[in-house]
Amino acid sequence: MSVLTNNLDLFLRAFGQTLQLFAVSAVLSLVLGTLLAALRVSPVPVFRGIGTGYVTVLRNTPLTLVFVFFVFAYPLLEILKISEYTAALVALSLYTAAFVCEVVRSGINTVPVGQAEASRALGLTFTQMLGNVVLPQALRSVVPPMTSTMIALLKNTTVASGFAVFQAGNIREALADQGDDVLFGLIWVAIGFIILVLPLTYVQQVFEKRWSVAR
Amino acid sequence: MTAASTPPMIRVAGVDKFFGPLHVLKNVQLEVPKGQVVVVLGPSGSGKSTLCRTINRLEPIDSGLIEVDGQPLPAEGKELARLRADVGMVFQSFNLFAHKTIVENVMLAPVKVRRTPAAEARKTAMELLERVGIANQAEKFPAQLSGGQQQRAAIARALAMKPKVMLFDEPTSALDPEMVQEVLDVMTGLAKDGMTMLVVTHEMGFARKAADRVIFMSDGEVVEDSTPEEFFSAPKSNRAKDFLGKILTH
Repeated sequence: MSVLTNNLDLFLRAFGQTLQLFAVSAVLSLVLGTLLAALRVSPVPVFRGIGTGYVTVLRNTPLTLVFVFFVFAYPLLEILKISEYTAALVALSLYTAAFVCEVVRSGINTVPVGQAEASRALGLTFTQMLGNVVLPQALRSVVPPMTSTMIALLKNTTVASGFAVFQAGNIREALADQGDDVLFGLIWVAIGFIILVLPLTYVQQVFEKRWSVAR
Repeated sequence: MTAASTPPMIRVAGVDKFFGPLHVLKNVQLEVPKGQVVVVLGPSGSGKSTLCRTINRLEPIDSGLIEVDGQPLPAEGKELARLRADVGMVFQSFNLFAHKTIVENVMLAPVKVRRTPAAEARKTAMELLERVGIANQAEKFPAQLSGGQQQRAAIARALAMKPKVMLFDEPTSALDPEMVQEVLDVMTGLAKDGMTMLVVTHEMGFARKAADRVIFMSDGEVVEDSTPEEFFSAPKSNRAKDFLGKILTH
């Protein structure tokens, strides 16, 4: 307990950074992932190709490599200077968006085809159909896998430790530097993550209940 | 009435359609003048549902021409969406939007497609629900309604766009027998009000009572095109005689 109480400031600061990385990249990846899913079900072959290409590349690349690219390789392109923190956000968001896309797309596939046909027959455009009819129904059926994707994102933020972006993954080094008990320190880090994940599972339950509309 | 001054509401000319190697529509010709109620009959697999779905291009055709109100069907896109807004369609499986209440179902397209203000769309929606007899179900979700009520809601949803023509694709085939009549009554009312209708159905009573014309299809071809009296009392083709023999004996 003393490891925690003596270093409360370190723990709070580190987990605060973790939460911030998570929150921003969660929002970005949800938006981007949904757009990618829309591309993947679009009637335009080029759009479908872009969506499929994105998912193939980003989902099949190790997250560490995506980080390496944005922290070390991207600056060599000399387009726009970004900090390591921004690079971490970009890497996490782009990587997670590929998984979000596939989760949303599987949700879209659960919506009966008649829903889309009825929308088209009424004169709705593809975007109106997706936004008003298909996606609202698709998102209801993807709450559990989407929560899993978000939990994975929360834990993936620790990969940033290797790239000079301070967050909960760095607590061990900080403790070791001070000569504190690393074993108990790490146990507290694990407990910290469990505490962060619990609200996510709670949110999952709430959404599942609220959205359980009979078909 | 000359063809030049008033184009037919629906014109299908020389339409062919294949599902892979299967030739489902064979050189189909059909004209539906404004205000006419045409019932399409035929055994299952005869292509009647496919024909109905080609008219608003839910099924693209392989060759031939389809015109709605004198305008050829455009390719997929905004142009086609505009045309579809004028063509009401009622499906066998209702296809009400599962996540929206009945009144929201009826309001959606007028608000999104026609840009009608929500309050006005709601008022019109309630009037239509009143007309089909389910105004008291307006705030419920589709799954809470009986099949007959859902289908009447679906008809109200199509009518909310003030369509020039209504397509019915086997509207009563998925209903329990005791609910068929309530849907047919709504359709008969529409026919009396002068709505142009193309109805694919197995309801011979409706064909007799409400149709101006009966089209009989078999194996992707239009085999007969006559008045209901003629068709039911003196069918010309053997295929129609065979079909009527099978359904009218029980």
